[in-house]
Amino acid sequence: MNLEDLQKKLLAAARAHPPEDRVPYAFEKRILARLTAQPVDGSALWARALWRAAIPCVAVTLLMATLSLTMVSTETATVTDDDVSQQFELALLAPANQLEELQ
Amino acid sequence: MVWDARRAPRNREMALTAMSIPLLSEATAFAVVGEQPSGIVPPMERTEAELIAAAVSGDTASFEPLIQKYSPRVFATARRYARLEREVEDIAQEVWIKAFQKLGSFRGDAPFEHWLMRMAVRTCYDFLRSHQRNRESAFSEISEPEDDWLERFATAPESASEHADAAKQLISRVLEEMSPAGRLIITLLELEDRSVKEISELTGWSVPLVKVRAFRARGEMRKILARLTRDKYL
Repeated sequence: MNLEDLQKKLLAAARAHPPEDRVPYAFEKRILARLTAQPVDGSALWARALWRAAIPCVAVTLLMATLSLTMVSTETATVTDDDVSQQFELALLAPANQLEELQ
Repeated sequence: MVWDARRAPRNREMALTAMSIPLLSEATAFAVVGEQPSGIVPPMERTEAELIAAAVSGDTASFEPLIQKYSPRVFATARRYARLEREVEDIAQEVWIKAFQKLGSFRGDAPFEHWLMRMAVRTCYDFLRSHQRNRESAFSEISEPEDDWLERFATAPESASEHADAAKQLISRVLEEMSPAGRLIITLLELEDRSVKEISELTGWSVPLVKVRAFRARGEMRKILARLTRDKYL
């Protein structure tokens, strides 16, 4: 049997019988119902929100890093009493200091 | 001038049109009769681009005319790859849901139909890949008409008509035996007469990859046919 001819004949048979394009009744209504009833994907919303928040977070981090680096360089030059970092540390450790005083 | 088919059926054709109006959708009826509440634009009167823009902005109802218009093509495509009607419907449904979700990425450079068909072909390919393990070794169950057709082809090839149902069944069996990529390529290239470039655009594969896969698919098909005839005649 000539396989080449058989292949051609079968492909011609497939071309001679194109598939139907019939659409089931009210198919579009079913799709619309599915689309409107689609549940809100909570994790996807979270993921999208977090991705959107990533850029401002990176920007703030970079800004703070730049600021702290410039402040460190000025700090080494002149350390004053009203240094922001000193005040921040005092404020942060205030409860601990008070505890120590009470004891 | 606005023609009202319900008021003035001048001949039989017009009268029939007037009778069919209640069967049409509200929007189509507006289009025929020309009576339209002010401020409301029926979906059928809007262009495809307007419908897409409305659907993207969340108006799901604007998607309906698009589904109505292109579903026959989506179903015909799905029927090339899935045998059971349930599977065909699942594929069509997936195509439309994906289309709605990704509608924002449609830029309008090419017609909507091309964009949709790309999605349909890729969904069908995913379907073939996910059902790869379920493929049966179909040649053990060849029916009597198919057997007769092969017999006729073996004795006098010209007497075996390609219009016979048996030939259609046989090619379906052969395609089901093929790998997903091979089946997709043979279907697009040989059955739908698409060019290599078109297949490349539809599948997302490069042109050389399409050519390589087409070459392999033809070889694969010939091997399957050899097995079919060997099982039968040796």
